[in-house]
Amino acid sequence: MSTQPARPGTIFSPALAARFDRLVTLYPVKRSALVPMLLYAQDEIGYISDAVIAEVAARLGLSELDVRNVVSYYSLLHTKPVGKYHVQVCTNISCMLRGGNEILEHCRKKLGIPNRGVTPDGVFSLEEVECIGACSWAPAAQVNYAFHENLTPESMDQVLADYRAKTQNGSQKAGGK
Amino acid sequence: MATLTTHPDCVPLVSWRFGKGATNIDKYIELEGYQAARKTLELGPDGIIAEMKTSNLRGRGGAGFPTGMKWSFVPKQSAKPKYVLVNGDESEPGTCKDRLIFEHDPHAVIEGVIIAALAIQAKMGFIYLRGEYRYLIEIMEKAVADAYAKGFLGKKIFGSEFDLDVVVQTGAGAYEVGEESALMESLEGKRGIPRIRPPFPAVVGLYGGPTIINNAETIATVPHIFRIGAAEYARLGTERNGGTRLFCLSGRLVRPGVYELPMGYNLKKMIYEVGGGIPNGKKLKAVVPGGSSTPVLLPEEIDIGMDFDQVGKAGSMLGSGGVVVLDETVCMVEFALRTMKFYQHESCGWCIPCREGTDWLKKSLTRLHEGGAVDKDIDNIRYLAENMLGRTFCPLGDAAAMPTIAFVRKFRKEFEDHLEGRGCPYHPAAEPEPALV
Repeated sequence: MSTQPARPGTIFSPALAARFDRLVTLYPVKRSALVPMLLYAQDEIGYISDAVIAEVAARLGLSELDVRNVVSYYSLLHTKPVGKYHVQVCTNISCMLRGGNEILEHCRKKLGIPNRGVTPDGVFSLEEVECIGACSWAPAAQVNYAFHENLTPESMDQVLADYRAKTQNGSQKAGGK
Repeated sequence: MATLTTHPDCVPLVSWRFGKGATNIDKYIELEGYQAARKTLELGPDGIIAEMKTSNLRGRGGAGFPTGMKWSFVPKQSAKPKYVLVNGDESEPGTCKDRLIFEHDPHAVIEGVIIAALAIQAKMGFIYLRGEYRYLIEIMEKAVADAYAKGFLGKKIFGSEFDLDVVVQTGAGAYEVGEESALMESLEGKRGIPRIRPPFPAVVGLYGGPTIINNAETIATVPHIFRIGAAEYARLGTERNGGTRLFCLSGRLVRPGVYELPMGYNLKKMIYEVGGGIPNGKKLKAVVPGGSSTPVLLPEEIDIGMDFDQVGKAGSMLGSGGVVVLDETVCMVEFALRTMKFYQHESCGWCIPCREGTDWLKKSLTRLHEGGAVDKDIDNIRYLAENMLGRTFCPLGDAAAMPTIAFVRKFRKEFEDHLEGRGCPYHPAAEPEPALV
């Protein structure tokens, strides 16, 4: 808990603002905090909004263009809202050999959305992703940051049902974040 | 969450503390933790580097460069601060070993950083993890905080005259950032674009200072070398290939998993005995021995020891330790296409041969797989790939080209079977990839 009140006008929670205040002091060059700041900001706000870009740029003394230039490089950073539960299915070689494409297809049908789509209620979004480092436990998916491995269409159904139930229970916190 | 798999032939060295609660610093200390760091404080830089050379440890990221030699390239005197950088941006398809290290033994990584920092007299280290490994960032940050609290990091570590700060850094999704110079760009808050070399990182690296950058497994191995002795470590492996490594077995296997085996372990045995062979009575078709960028091996080529030299002699690379097994029902064109889709997606776009080459190859392979290609296209795929080799700032271009050349050379007949509108013999109804929304 920071003893100082958050900077007036900050869009971040006091805890995250305090984390950023500390983060920028860790490096020989302040700008080194940029990529982590963007990811942590996205975790809280949901995506990299214009307001996130403006505040991160101001905190690091960078132009907004500089920040946007970095945002567009990294695949985890989204400039549009994704679902509360972002389902990322790996179809890279190790997953493909054990049914990753079938899991993706199954999610498409089950959620009724295409790759990179968001369900109308905003609960789920779907993305085909590259290797997530779960090759020996393939096929695998990440929902937000939580790994789900050795998947079958049936176990994927259960994973989706569990997240759906979390929303219905009114939980505000996204799984894995 | 991710766990090691064992087999009677396994030699638990790097994985020795896995599953023993070593994320807790007191438990880690109880399991001989931080003793290697104390030992190396007395040894001094020259002594550490000599031991590292004796160990025959070679970089576990893929290139297999001797670690002791890499460390020795850092100039003793430097006007700019020196840095130690741990590459935990594990992203090579087929590779999932560093995850286990961060999850089960985070202090081994920190202790490895301490020893590397002592060797080159660096006062700062960074542990860079890919953004997808978010739960591991929390584990590593806690471990670093605990090490500070014990006085193992910070000012006057272990009561010595030596200061060392360590920062855990996250990426945000980019295969290219696993390349050493791109990782430094990312750590400096920029797009992960590779730098031209020379100068090499040992001379001009992070923030322009001399830097050693090692794979997470390499760094986590270092304390064990000083724990058991460098000569003993070297003896576990083969000539010029010391120790053990974490092999990630995946694909069409009965028992996929991450296994710690001695360097030089026979690949055929690894597949049929450790991995339990091919399921459903199918025959082996091919093996990708070291992550998606390494040239494919045929069943008759796998009676080899898994070390950098022997796999090199067989025309491929030991790479990152990701052994991907393909059975007879896998379409090689589809597999080549999926591999290329990955490299096309991950190419950072900085060098034209890579940016345009991967895109063109993806389109050609897509057309071939769908049955719309002509004979000339097969030669064109190979010609394109061969012309990417060695013409880019970083090895991503080579990583895309090398396996492609091998797929065409070793499975040409299968490529030809897709010609003249026939389409994929393995998936008669293969449909084009639906458009992204």
